[in-house]
Amino acid sequence: MTSFPQSVSRARPVFWRDVRVLRVIAQIAFIVLLVYVGGLLAANLQAGLRRLGVEPGFDFLRQTAGFPIGEGLPYKPTDSYGYAFGVGIVNTLRVIVVAIPLATFLGVFAGIARVSKNWLVSRIASIYVETIRNVPLLLQLFFWSTAVIAGLPRVREAAELPGPTYLTNRGIYLPGSTPSPAFTFWLIAIGLGLALAIAVFVVRSRYQERTGRPGYPIWLGLSVFTSFTLAGWFLAPERPLVPDLPTLQGLNFKGGFSLSAQYAGLLFGLVVYTGAFIAEVVRTGIQAVSKGQSEAARALGLSNSQVLRLVVLPQALRVIIPPLTNQYLNLAKNSSLGVAIGYPELFSVGGTILNQSGQAIEMLSLIMITYLSMSLFTSLVTNLYNRRVQFVER
Amino acid sequence: MRKLFTLTSAVVVIAILAAACTQAGPAATVEVTREVPVTVVVVATPEGVPVEQPTQAPPAPAPGATGNRLQTVLDRGKLVCGVNTNLAGFGAPEGDSYAGFDADFCKALAAALFDDPTAVEWRPLSAQERFTALQAGEVDVLFRNTTWTISRDTSVGMDFGPTTFYDGQGFMVPAALGATSIEDLAGGTVCVQTGTTTELNLNDAFASRGLEFTPVVFDDIDPTYAAYAAEQCDAVTSDISQLVGRRSALPNPDEHVILDNVISKEPLGPVVAQGDSQWRDVVSWVVFGMITAEELGIDSTNVDTFLTSTDPNVVRLLGLDPEAKLGQGLGLTDDFAVRVIRHVGNYGEVYDRNLGPDTPLNIPRVLNALWTNGGLIYAPPIR
Repeated sequence: MTSFPQSVSRARPVFWRDVRVLRVIAQIAFIVLLVYVGGLLAANLQAGLRRLGVEPGFDFLRQTAGFPIGEGLPYKPTDSYGYAFGVGIVNTLRVIVVAIPLATFLGVFAGIARVSKNWLVSRIASIYVETIRNVPLLLQLFFWSTAVIAGLPRVREAAELPGPTYLTNRGIYLPGSTPSPAFTFWLIAIGLGLALAIAVFVVRSRYQERTGRPGYPIWLGLSVFTSFTLAGWFLAPERPLVPDLPTLQGLNFKGGFSLSAQYAGLLFGLVVYTGAFIAEVVRTGIQAVSKGQSEAARALGLSNSQVLRLVVLPQALRVIIPPLTNQYLNLAKNSSLGVAIGYPELFSVGGTILNQSGQAIEMLSLIMITYLSMSLFTSLVTNLYNRRVQFVER
Repeated sequence: MRKLFTLTSAVVVIAILAAACTQAGPAATVEVTREVPVTVVVVATPEGVPVEQPTQAPPAPAPGATGNRLQTVLDRGKLVCGVNTNLAGFGAPEGDSYAGFDADFCKALAAALFDDPTAVEWRPLSAQERFTALQAGEVDVLFRNTTWTISRDTSVGMDFGPTTFYDGQGFMVPAALGATSIEDLAGGTVCVQTGTTTELNLNDAFASRGLEFTPVVFDDIDPTYAAYAAEQCDAVTSDISQLVGRRSALPNPDEHVILDNVISKEPLGPVVAQGDSQWRDVVSWVVFGMITAEELGIDSTNVDTFLTSTDPNVVRLLGLDPEAKLGQGLGLTDDFAVRVIRHVGNYGEVYDRNLGPDTPLNIPRVLNALWTNGGLIYAPPIR
């Protein structure tokens, strides 16, 4: 059948053949379908909960928790479920905030080692990366907590290091300090020193830019800061910090600064695991910088470490940042495996609240929202940095 | 051509929509055209011959039932049973299935429903996930050493069957520690599993004595005892039956003692989701049937000799009187107790097989003896 030529003057096709109209109709139909299915699911959920006799809503967070939490913020079992959940969140943050920088250092170091021209160094880094990447994280956490940490000496036969620092299979106990009444005086001195150091830094770096002569902004700023800190320490009426040493009292060590075995196991496991992935990301970034750059830098007379520091890494960062953000988010979510080795992080505490109160839907959505917020915040911060260093042409 | 195609498809779509959405009109009155006589055949059996019962249980929703879990299970042909992941004596993997005190009750329920104790789909559940699994309907019943408490009965949305094991919470410590009571554990570290009444009771026990302690909380049973065995904690706390079971699995069982302090009541029993009275009745009366069987002295070896008994209690329990219809009132067959006893045994047999003197656990019955022997195991009359 031949198709007759359309009249050129027709402005729009019939509405059921107009692509724009069809698109709109399709989208409206999809939304209607989505809302309908969502409504069905919600109604089903409500009916099920009513049949079970479970009260939906978040009021249960005010009830008394009743269960103890091993470490974290000061907490008593007579506090509410909501506060207990907050303690869990803080415990998770404690792990994440320490693990991210450590994993980054380890990853950068291993990534650079892997592209090193030294055969032994690159082999060792390769073995580390390939082994750790291919073993599930849960197994690695069990390895750290049962093979490594539990293999440390028992509490009553603790290994003593200078400090005194005690290594036991329940935790590492380091000498700590408690603030004395003169602590605020010292804090003020440090604050003053910091402000002055920043001012000196700014002044000297402006001078350096203006005149081209070295102004040593970092050195001067640092020396100002340290001198104020030391002056504040020695001029205080009494020592601002009083040493607090760990001692074995009865069944456990008391005092000092302690890292529980569970925290240490989770931290090491996460750092080693994520470090391997970050190493690969860093290696990608370094290899993405064209070889001509490093050759030109060598031709200019820069040493190997200067080439890396001044030419390769700044360009590699543009390629590294997005996958690095990925790894940070993975680390944040992988911290939820702490429940398997006894660390009371947010998933463990949330799970206990879920079990004791029976409010599964509310608790799970709370847990999901918390992880979502942490991840969104992390990616927001890194994307801000990324926007500053990425290729201008993109 | 394209116009034709569009028109035809539009007509077809509208026709389908119309057919799907049209409400059925008011039922037209049905004319009676033929009457079919239905004959009910009653098989008269001579005395002494066991009556052949129908194998398919008639689905009779009892008045007051609001759920239909029984019908779902019968249609499925298998019972989905939530059990412990690894607790020797109560629920532990054995080959393809599970064995233990709680596992045997699952098998008994399956035998009552399907005359086949192997018609069970096993779901190992940790303490943390067991209630969610039951709430969501993933398992039909939970035989997982679960304590009966008011909050679980109400706000968590569970219903409990009869207590099958009266237990209490205690502590296990290494003998080398020299501790004899809770006071000796002050300032120590205690391993415990999460999501259990154990956590709460542990806190109450120490708080009421004004003692401090550090808890280490795990979500599964194996890491808990692994940490205890490595001396990462000074004591581990749980139901005493669990402590005894896990002690037998430790490398040197003799080097661990269970303290005398029993700090709570832990009545353990089956759990079903709230809102289904009929299903809960089925579960409860299977358990009561097994207890009654032990009271009457009927066990798996001699059940067949009791099928000709004239003792009214035996007749009612084993469903020997076709007029009584006690089993059918539940939604099961009248001989459900015979099926259970023949395949699994009575309460005493189940206890001895898993926790008795010949097993590594060897837990004396004490509270779990029959009420006639000074214990708490007591079944309401089957009549």
